[in-house]
Amino acid sequence: MSNELKELQAAIEEIYETASRLGLDYEDMRFELCPADILYTFGSYGMPSRFSHWSFGKSFHRLKTLYDYNLNRMYEMVINTKPCYAFLLEGNSLLQHKLVVAHVLAHSDFFKHNVYMKRTNKDMMETMAVNAERIRQYEFKFGRAQVETLLDALLALQEHGDFSLWPGPEAKQEVNGKKLVSPYDDLWQLGLQEQNRETSLAKRRLPAHPEKDLLRFIGEHSPVLEEWQRDVLDMVREEIRYFWPQMQTKIINEGWATYWHLKIMRQLDLNETEAIEFGKMHAAVIQPSKFRINPYLLGLKIFQYLEQEQSTPALEQVFWARTTENDISFLRSYLTPKIIDELNLYVFQKAGVDWVIKDRRADAVKEHLIKSLFNCGIPVLFVEEADYRNRGELYLRHSYEGEELDVPYLEKTLPHVYLLWGRPVYLETVVEGKSMVFSYDGKKNFRHAGGSKALV
Amino acid sequence: MDRKTLIVSREDWSLHRKGYMDQLRHIEKVKAAIKNNLADMVSEESIIYAEGKKVIKVPIRSLEEYRFRFNVNKQKHVGHGTAGSKPGDVIGKEQLGNPQGAGGAGEQPGMDYYESEITLDELADMVFEELCLPNLQEKRKKLVEKDTFRFNDIRSYGLMGNLDKKKTILVNYKRNALRGNPGIHGIKPEDLRFRTWIQEPRWETSAVVLAMMDTSGSMGTFEKYIARSFFFWMTKFLRSKYKEVDIVFLAHHTRAKEVSEEEFFTKGESGGTKCSSVYQLALKLIQERFPPEDFNLYPFHFTDGDNLPSDNELCVQLVEKLADVSSLFGYGEIINPYYRSSTLMTSLKKVKNPKLVTITIKDKMEVFEALKTFFFCPDNKKID
Repeated sequence: MSNELKELQAAIEEIYETASRLGLDYEDMRFELCPADILYTFGSYGMPSRFSHWSFGKSFHRLKTLYDYNLNRMYEMVINTKPCYAFLLEGNSLLQHKLVVAHVLAHSDFFKHNVYMKRTNKDMMETMAVNAERIRQYEFKFGRAQVETLLDALLALQEHGDFSLWPGPEAKQEVNGKKLVSPYDDLWQLGLQEQNRETSLAKRRLPAHPEKDLLRFIGEHSPVLEEWQRDVLDMVREEIRYFWPQMQTKIINEGWATYWHLKIMRQLDLNETEAIEFGKMHAAVIQPSKFRINPYLLGLKIFQYLEQEQSTPALEQVFWARTTENDISFLRSYLTPKIIDELNLYVFQKAGVDWVIKDRRADAVKEHLIKSLFNCGIPVLFVEEADYRNRGELYLRHSYEGEELDVPYLEKTLPHVYLLWGRPVYLETVVEGKSMVFSYDGKKNFRHAGGSKALV
Repeated sequence: MDRKTLIVSREDWSLHRKGYMDQLRHIEKVKAAIKNNLADMVSEESIIYAEGKKVIKVPIRSLEEYRFRFNVNKQKHVGHGTAGSKPGDVIGKEQLGNPQGAGGAGEQPGMDYYESEITLDELADMVFEELCLPNLQEKRKKLVEKDTFRFNDIRSYGLMGNLDKKKTILVNYKRNALRGNPGIHGIKPEDLRFRTWIQEPRWETSAVVLAMMDTSGSMGTFEKYIARSFFFWMTKFLRSKYKEVDIVFLAHHTRAKEVSEEEFFTKGESGGTKCSSVYQLALKLIQERFPPEDFNLYPFHFTDGDNLPSDNELCVQLVEKLADVSSLFGYGEIINPYYRSSTLMTSLKKVKNPKLVTITIKDKMEVFEALKTFFFCPDNKKID
């Protein structure tokens, strides 16, 4: 082991001690030093072992370019697995490594304890490696272009799933409204079916209730997908399911890590140069942005207030929040007007070609912030009907709550849905206060005014 | 608390090329997308008119990843201000064009940065990939390197026969003036100046393109634009792929004349139209300078077809003659959607020579199509 590694190991052991003494409870850790391009690769793919796709390459290219121009620096990449993997940027100074390690231990603690994180697959590194290998085999078998087109469509729709902590049961078989307990139960219904023809037609409507999990629904009911394509669909679903809790807890998770790296670093013996370097680095992490919320800064502030304002035992409340909240509930419970004022948060909007501040009132800021986090900022769609116009066409509805969809994007996404469904697809939404239905029939896009299946 | 295990290591990652490989695939896809939009780009005005500016770059957006998303321009967002921030403050402007090098680029909601750009030359390469000069044949005068002599320098030693008297007198006058006695007198050997030459290799061309354009009054802005963008790409194409091709520019209304490249691309004229004038000029040039047995000839003519009706018969005869001696005669008629009458095209239908290729252009987007039709390259004959 080189001197650098030995030094780092000693430093990490010291931070381990401090973190444990202060109450952090993290997983077993694997630290790996790697060069910038590797770190940025992992950052773009979300996981070292993930499958290949050009969109990851695009993101890698961008991150790497920003790094090359010194506009952005990624210090670490920590992965929610057991043991917890943390990749550190080689060439960082020892002090930088120390801050990063302290930060990473808090993430690991969060992964281990937060309820949204607890249920994730902690062997995801291996799972993704297996998935990637399977996808590679499909490339050999069915051709690279085929697999790429499929992945393009799946990745475009991957965020439309049901990611609630306790999602509804996976499509239970029902006949005449009765749940089937054994595979032979439908025999009892044979005589009844004739009598209830009317009702049974109504009941056979698919889906029985509007279905939020678009990808699952397509996987189960698409008339065109082949077995291997369904397999890839399931892999993509499995992977986004793993990432979703991280998307739901960006502010609280980064806030938690920042709160702790500050606490731990203050316990360490730093000389003057190190103290200044630490100050600089921390300042860069919590630098505010005019155009978006800095999750590190916002999360940190909330945790700090939580610690100050609670009476004894102060830290109990802080740990409780880390265990039970996601971003939305965290902000809803703890984002006070005082914090909003101190961080000078505002609501802004486009007016002509300008971005203009609209509102600084605490309640408005809080409302819009929480709204923007709803469903991780992804529009909510429901499958309304799978046999629309009795032609096996797919009818989707956007659950409009005052925010319009990006129409050009929408019209370019419908062909992806078509590819997976194999029949014409429709999407109902609201544009400029009016109901609109967009559709794609395999050749062309169409727009119709009026919604609620006014086309029939 | 139990003691956690800790492993610190450094692996060899040099074979982990996934990021680079997928990056390459993305770039490939961007290039493919550009190729699919070549027709669009070829008629891009900023490209045609930016001729001369070598640094022009065509900005290319990175490939979009389409999905269902909100319209960021209508959404409300939250950001960090300062203590003084108040409603109504403008925090930024929509960034149009190329936000190159700016650290803040891509910071605004929904802003996608320009990630890759291609130069005009790269774009040209893609446009030209499928093109070539058709029916190109070996002519009697092959591409031979011949030395020619060009007097282009003045030196103080040389052959007396090459004495430059004017320069010599000037030097003498200057020297006398320095001595305080201006005038031309007492020429000494050091005053003598001689013209000298350099030997330079010259390529004999074996292909000639005659670019003929109608510049009469009936050619409106649109028609001129189409004709010029065709010739713009044609000249670029010929120069990039065939180093030895001569291009002769002929402009005409009722009379035709040979013009410089610059005039050809910038000057507008007016008056009636007699296409026979330019065909006659072309035949004359061919006779005098470009005998068909020595050259592959490619006359291209762009007009709105609004020819003097009495001239049409003559035109047909001349075109037949031209097509006979040429490797290919390209006739392009630009159709103004608002104005139609019987045109030269109708008369040219009588010409049965397969070397006459005619096209009509109604839209900017069809310029690329025209290039592909005229410079059609059967696969096996592709040149590198």
